[in-house]
Amino acid sequence: MSLRREHELHTRRSGRNLGVGLVLAAFIAIIFGLTVVKVNSDGFQMQSGQVTNGN
Amino acid sequence: MSDASFDSKAYEAEAQFGDYFALLKPRVMTLVVFTALVGLLAAPVAVHPFVGFCAILFIAVGGGASGALNMWYDADIDAVMRRTAKRPIPAGKVTRDEALAIGLTLSVFAVVFLGLATNWLAAGLLAFTIFFYVAIYTMWLKRLTPQNIVIGGAAGAFPPMIGWAAATGSISVEAVLMFCLTFMWTPPHFWALALFVRMVYDIATVPMLTVTHGRRSTRVHILVYTILLAGLAIASAFTSIGGPVYLATALVLNALFLKGAWDIYRRDEDDSENDNFKVEKSFFKLSLLYLFAHFGAILIDSALVRFGVLS
Repeated sequence: MSLRREHELHTRRSGRNLGVGLVLAAFIAIIFGLTVVKVNSDGFQMQSGQVTNGN
Repeated sequence: MSDASFDSKAYEAEAQFGDYFALLKPRVMTLVVFTALVGLLAAPVAVHPFVGFCAILFIAVGGGASGALNMWYDADIDAVMRRTAKRPIPAGKVTRDEALAIGLTLSVFAVVFLGLATNWLAAGLLAFTIFFYVAIYTMWLKRLTPQNIVIGGAAGAFPPMIGWAAATGSISVEAVLMFCLTFMWTPPHFWALALFVRMVYDIATVPMLTVTHGRRSTRVHILVYTILLAGLAIASAFTSIGGPVYLATALVLNALFLKGAWDIYRRDEDDSENDNFKVEKSFFKLSLLYLFAHFGAILIDSALVRFGVLS
């Protein structure tokens, strides 16, 4: 028996999946935001090796 | 067995997202978030708003993780107490293994990301708080001694110190005073609760003071701890966390709190039974306002200093 496209399991777990999806999206946004803030902060310095490797 | 019969049973018992969220004890989290926020904002160091937001979020997640680990370990107690029987594990929505996995994962996540976002002192304090709450309080003291609430209360007192450490990278007398305020507040708060949910702890055989030393002794303990708390709270007004708003708040609320503790002390069990623990319940509600108001006042005074209204 082939799996139906919209199985009952999908409906039953839709709220749970949506919640996990939102948490993951928020996690990505937080890591991105933190990275931007840290990179733009006064104390941020690239390591010398990383700078020369790019040239 | 048909698919339909299997599915309908599974549907009723299956955990939804809210059940997993409930593992994190969201009501306790509000206290953690607020006191940590005050610790962070009252610190004399400017923190980038987004970093501050992340710090509070990770502290809250760490607090939630310790709540999940608490529910994992205490599932047997929760199942027999009416107050906790509807928690996700005793209700059959979430398994103990799931709670353990969520608790451990979120603990590591919260500590590591707090360290990356702020500093490793704050992260270390968060890790110690989780360890203290889960290992020292939940696994050891809660089932061993009637002083469980007193010592376990330290875990709930750490968040403002973590918030302060996240902002400054150090621990100072202000952070210790905020810790002490919450630490001293916890016993009367929980013992008042223990008085009016009386049967609950008896059944679960948790050695609460009401069970081991009796209800009369609990009333005495509430009064003694409230007097000590009032002394500490009012004296703090003349330290670096104090200010005019804090002093006014502390004077009013401690007067009310002392009166409440005195009323509880003077009552006997018949009085309480007759009015369905009216005084004990109002003291418990006042205790919630008490802590939020004290920390709110610390925040207002620090804002007044920062904006130059106070010197």
